[in-house]
Amino acid sequence: MLTRLFAGFIFIFSLVYCINILASESQEIKIAYLTQKQQVPAALSNLAPFIEDKGLQGALLGLKDNNTTGQFTQQNYFLEQVIVPIGGDVKQAFSQILKQGIQLVIVNLPAQQLVELHQLNNNQALLFDVATRTDAFRKNQCLADVLHILPSRAMRADALAQYMLKKRWNRWFLVIGNTAEDALYAQAIKRSAKRFGMKIVAEKKWLHTYDARRTAQSDIPVFTQVDDYDVLVVADEQGLFGEYISYRTWLPRLVIGTQGLIATAWHPAHEQWGAVQIQNRFKALAERQMQEQDYAAYLAIRAIGEAVTRIKAVGAATIKAYLLSERFKLQGYKGRPLSFRDWNGQLRQPVLLAAPTSLVTAPPLEGFLHPQNELDTLGYDRSETQCQ
Amino acid sequence: MNAKLLLSSVLLIVATTSVAETIFVSLEKDNAIAVVDPIAGKLIKTVNIGQRPRGIKISPDGQSLYIATSDDDTVLELDANTLAVKSKLPSGEDPETFAINSLGTRMYVSNEDDNQITVIDLQSKKAIATIAVGVEPEGIAVSPDNQWIVSASETTNMVHWIDANTHEIKANTLVDPRPRALSFSADGRELWVTSEIDGTLMVIDVATKEITQRINFAVPGLGQDKIQPVGVVVDDIHQWAYVALGPANRVAVVNAQTYQVEKYLLVGARVWNLAFSPDQLRLYTTNGVSHDISIIDLAEHKVTKSIAVGRYPWGVAVKP
Repeated sequence: MLTRLFAGFIFIFSLVYCINILASESQEIKIAYLTQKQQVPAALSNLAPFIEDKGLQGALLGLKDNNTTGQFTQQNYFLEQVIVPIGGDVKQAFSQILKQGIQLVIVNLPAQQLVELHQLNNNQALLFDVATRTDAFRKNQCLADVLHILPSRAMRADALAQYMLKKRWNRWFLVIGNTAEDALYAQAIKRSAKRFGMKIVAEKKWLHTYDARRTAQSDIPVFTQVDDYDVLVVADEQGLFGEYISYRTWLPRLVIGTQGLIATAWHPAHEQWGAVQIQNRFKALAERQMQEQDYAAYLAIRAIGEAVTRIKAVGAATIKAYLLSERFKLQGYKGRPLSFRDWNGQLRQPVLLAAPTSLVTAPPLEGFLHPQNELDTLGYDRSETQCQ
Repeated sequence: MNAKLLLSSVLLIVATTSVAETIFVSLEKDNAIAVVDPIAGKLIKTVNIGQRPRGIKISPDGQSLYIATSDDDTVLELDANTLAVKSKLPSGEDPETFAINSLGTRMYVSNEDDNQITVIDLQSKKAIATIAVGVEPEGIAVSPDNQWIVSASETTNMVHWIDANTHEIKANTLVDPRPRALSFSADGRELWVTSEIDGTLMVIDVATKEITQRINFAVPGLGQDKIQPVGVVVDDIHQWAYVALGPANRVAVVNAQTYQVEKYLLVGARVWNLAFSPDQLRLYTTNGVSHDISIIDLAEHKVTKSIAVGRYPWGVAVKP
């Protein structure tokens, strides 16, 4: 009798204690956003102005959404913005973040700098890469403790290839720009061509000048005189000449790749699956359209929010374990639940194929099957990587 | 004069007896509503209404038809008999879905872009309160006893339990990703909620506000990602529940006693919202992408007819 009474007392006590914890103790979740200011790059046209805060505005929207949810769960999210000036020391800024004890870091930096931070990190923080599309990170140069939000080049190329296969536009003319990134993009295109049975019937490097007013009309018809092909695939990530090609080719052919029909994580023309709602929310906040990096930073912060809400824990290791588990499903306005590939930290997602003002389709397309998850028909699958 | 009156009353009687019930379908891309005679299986007419009509409901007394014209930022009140506009309700921005209490005195509107619910007094036709909820509130319902307003936030992934008297949030239930529609059982003991992204149907116990059942769907030969549950309704005798599965193009028939899925009925493309006939012998579905509605015979659990109604049918309301 006494023991039962005692047990009852303990039960009531622990119940009251639990309720107290729920009611009074709020959790604080600190996230850092690390980027570096950029020189304004060369551009083909003045139509689209250079956007300085790509990524940051998406992070702010994600933070806002998380805190709206957090008011019901007593969880408060804070964003420490670290924007290193041109020529500043990014590594030092990152060390500062670690010193403050922040374990969740959104990194909007080029591939080389990400590698340096990863070495410096040494398993302390969980990094969310919202900038790189580097295939090496998804294939053999694996970065533990880094989650990659944007689709890799391989995922983008596979998305294009799936659609080309569906259209039976199998013969490709590949045009490659001068930069190292263009070469990587071309590599991804070649991999996809092989994977989906496409034939690269011609390949040329663009070596011409960059002034449309003077040369495009005459140069491109001459440059594109090759054997017959179905589509021209252009690899020009910076956008230095790709826009010239459409409507100027020798044969009347469509352009895909980095210009023309592009493969992207996000696009202003995307409005399906509730996307119009986030497009509106973003525009109201940032007074501009949402870019890929904004979408990535938004998703990174929402992923953190989703984990914290579900597991009620804030440590980087616990969050990482949850994000890589099968329980994690993120709504990303693309009609399918998004999740992470546990072998390389890549976010699984449909890739949008878009023309300048219209969304054409969003692979994986119907009929491209996969034993586990059709989203894994895009990019490096488990068996194709050395990452674990 | 007398003869005219007599004639018109005769006509009225003829008109009312020949139509057992009328269904109204909001046509999102036609800026119109379709008026359908489900017994004859015919589209009677299409009436222009306002920009981007979505949520549509009949008042409990059957006299008013309410339609959210989202891009006009209002909920219209129409005379359910003549379809003349009676009033424009101050719904707040971009109204999509709304619920009416059983007394017909209050309307609760989800303002998706503003993360809030607008409360409208239907007698004075004034907005009397706004309630802050989670990100992207969508599905909304009032409990049969008018005690609770429940609101599902699509991005917050929660069902908020709002006290209908004080307009305060009393509890939150964390649910599967992107909850869409919710519906109380007639006895008010259960709340049925769909998750579009996880492809699940959850049953929440109203007393404890906890999920007690989680129902999964599987259609042979169809990818799991195509199963995106949206509209859900439970019949009055708590025998069957019906769930619209979106791009799976099917309505799932769930045994409300055992919580087992017993059948999948093929309807039109991207089936979205559902409504019972007043006698609950038929179920009407809006099929967004095939631009039609389907009629399901509930005694047989068979689709008996589909009727082309116009572009992007969104919601359906039935007038007895």
